[in-house]
Amino acid sequence: MSFDRIQEKLKILADAAKYDVSCSSSGSNRKNKNKGLGNSSVSGICHSYTEDGRCVSLLKILLTNHCIFDCAYCVTRKSNDIQRAAFQVQEVVDLTLHFYRRNYIEGLFLSSGIFKSADYTMERLVAVAKKLRTEERFNGYIHLKSIPGASDELMREAGLYADRLSVNIEIPTKEGLALLAPDKNREDFLKPMNKVKNEIIQYQAEKKIIKSTPKYAPGGQSTQMIIGASGETDQQIMWTSNYFYKKFNLKRVYYSGYIPISYDSRLPQIGTEVPMLRENRLYQVDWLMRFYGFEVEEILNFDHPNLDLDVDPKVGWALRNLDQFPVNINKADKHMLARVPGLGMKSVYKIIQARRFRQLNLDHLQKLGVALNRAKYFIECGPREFEHRDLTSVQLKSLILQNSTSKYRQTLSPQLNLFG
Amino acid sequence: MLINQQTQSLIYDGTFDGFLTCVFEVYQLKLTDVQIIRKDLYQPSLFGLSQEIITEVDKADRVWTSFKKKSSGKGSSRFYYAFLSEDIEIENNLLQYMQHAFSSSSPIDSDYAHPAVLKITQTSKSVGREKHRMEAFVRFRLSKDNIYFAAVEPDFNVLPLLIPHFKSRYADQKWIIYDLARNFGLFYDLEKVEIINLEFPEGFDPLKTTTEFFAEEELEFQTLWKNYFDSTNIPSRKNLRLHIQHVPKRYWKYLSEKHLQF
Repeated sequence: MSFDRIQEKLKILADAAKYDVSCSSSGSNRKNKNKGLGNSSVSGICHSYTEDGRCVSLLKILLTNHCIFDCAYCVTRKSNDIQRAAFQVQEVVDLTLHFYRRNYIEGLFLSSGIFKSADYTMERLVAVAKKLRTEERFNGYIHLKSIPGASDELMREAGLYADRLSVNIEIPTKEGLALLAPDKNREDFLKPMNKVKNEIIQYQAEKKIIKSTPKYAPGGQSTQMIIGASGETDQQIMWTSNYFYKKFNLKRVYYSGYIPISYDSRLPQIGTEVPMLRENRLYQVDWLMRFYGFEVEEILNFDHPNLDLDVDPKVGWALRNLDQFPVNINKADKHMLARVPGLGMKSVYKIIQARRFRQLNLDHLQKLGVALNRAKYFIECGPREFEHRDLTSVQLKSLILQNSTSKYRQTLSPQLNLFG
Repeated sequence: MLINQQTQSLIYDGTFDGFLTCVFEVYQLKLTDVQIIRKDLYQPSLFGLSQEIITEVDKADRVWTSFKKKSSGKGSSRFYYAFLSEDIEIENNLLQYMQHAFSSSSPIDSDYAHPAVLKITQTSKSVGREKHRMEAFVRFRLSKDNIYFAAVEPDFNVLPLLIPHFKSRYADQKWIIYDLARNFGLFYDLEKVEIINLEFPEGFDPLKTTTEFFAEEELEFQTLWKNYFDSTNIPSRKNLRLHIQHVPKRYWKYLSEKHLQF
C-alpha cells in the first residue's frame, strides 16, 4: 500500500463526500457471530466530531469524483474544474479495515460520482461491500449510495451486503430539479428507492416464516434534500419529506443547508451564509412528525408556509392553539404532554412514570430537567399552580424570548431583521 | 455530610461487594445514623464512631439478590453504574436508594421525584455517557508484538462496563485498553478478557507512537486518519462550541485526529 498515493486520493475523495450529511450508524444490529471483525451497535457510535460539530461515525468517501452529470449544486459536476481521482476496490476495503481495527469508525459510507453508466458505478459499489462481507468477514456498518437509474438486480444485491441504502433527491420540488439538474429526472431517483422498499418488506415477511433468511438493508433507507438552493418554502420541503416517510418507509430524511460552491447564476452566490438556523428548525419539525405525534399539516400549511425562526416550531404551534392549554401535568395523556413546549419525549416518559408515586409540582419538574422557561406558560400541576394571567400569544412569545437564550441570538438581533 | 457524635462510619475497601457488605451490616446492626466511606477517602475524626467492614461475598450476594427482587433489571443496572461513578457521596445515596426500595412493596426505580432515586438516575446517566464516550474515543495503536493498544483516563471507573462491547466487536485481534488514572487495564487474548496491571518499560510514553514500541505503519494510519478528519470538515459551517461540547478538551490528548504525537 503506497501511503502517499492513498493520502492524496483520500484527501480528494473525502472532501468531495463531505456534503452528504448522513453519518448515521444506527438502526442495524449485525452480530459478530463468525469470530470475524466488528458488529454494529443499534444506537450507533460517533467516534469523533468535526470542527463544524458534525458527527464522524463512518469513513465517508466517494469511490470516484469523475461524473458524467452536470448538476449545478454539486461540487463534482462535470463542468467544475477540480482534481479528479478514483479508488480501487481493494484500496477502499483495506482502508476501511485498518481504520475499523483502530476503533476510528463504525464502518463505511461509500458513494460515487457516476462514471460510464449507472449500472457500471453501482456494480463497483456493490463489489466493495461484497468483498468486505464475504472475504474479510466484516460485520461493521456499511452504507451504500443507490445510484439513480441502477438496475433492480443490482439494488437487490446491494441490500444483501449493506446496512443502509440511500438516494438523495436533493431538490424538494420537481421544478427546482428541472432547473438545476436538467440531466436527471425524478423517476430515476424513485426507482431504486421503490425497489429497495419492496425488497425490505419481502425479506421481513420471509424472516417471520424462515428464521435463517438473510438480513436485507436492516438500517433501512434515507435521503437528503438541499435547503435554500431553489427558493422553496418550508411547507414544500416538509410535505415532500412527509411524502417520502410515508410512501417509501424511509428511516431518515436529512436537510442540508446549501453551501455556496459555484458562481452559477441559478444559485445563491458564494459568500451567502449557510442557512443553519432554518435547517435546525426543519429538523425540529421532522422530530415533531416522527416522535411527537404531530401531523405535518398542523405545523406547516397554506396559511403558514414558513416556520418562525425566533421560536421553535412546537412553541409556534402552541401559540396558535392556546385553547388547548394549560395541560395538567398530573393527569394529561402522553399525546398531550408531548405537545407542551419545553417537554421532550424523555421528560414526558419520566413524568408519566414519576406521577404514579406522587403528585408532581413545578419544583419536581425543574429537577427532572424540564425547560420550565417555556413550559411554565402551558402547564398546570394542581388547581393552584399555573400562571393565571390571561396572555395573548404575542405577549407570551415575547415573554418566552426574554427568558431564553439562543446560540442564534446574533442572527436574530433586530439589526439583522431587515434581511431576515 | 454533617457528622454528629452518634454517626457511625463504616469503612470499606472500595469494591462493590464491600459496599454491599456494609449495607448488610447496616441492617444487621440496625444502624440509623450511618455513613459508608471508601477506605482511601476516610479521614479519622475525633467525633463519631467508625468501624472497618471486611468484605464478605456471602453477605454481599444476599443483599444483591434481595435487592434485585425489589427492582427492575434497569434499576439494578443503574444502581451498579452509579456505584462506578466513585462520587464521594455516592455510597450514602445508594444506601438511601436501597432503603427506599426495601421499604416499598413495589419497585421504586421510576420514582423520580424521590431525591435518592433522582440522584442515582442522574449519576448512572453520567456514567453511561462516559462508557459510551470510551466506546467512541478509544484509539487503538498496533504495537510491535501485534497487540492493539489504547490508553485512556475516563472520568469514572467504566472499564468493567466496556468488556462486552469490545470483546464482541474485536473478536479476531488482541487488544489492551489501559486506564492510566486507575492503573489497570483489560487484555483480550482472542479467548477471554482479563484484568491486568502493567509495568511500562523505561522510556515508554503511553501518549507517543514511537517505532521502538509500535508497528512501522502505525503512524501512517494515524496520519491518514487525521487527514481524513481534516478534509471532512466544512469550514463555512464552523462551530467550535458544538465541537468542544461533543469532544471535551480533556479527551484530546488520546485522540490522534486532535493530537498526533510521535
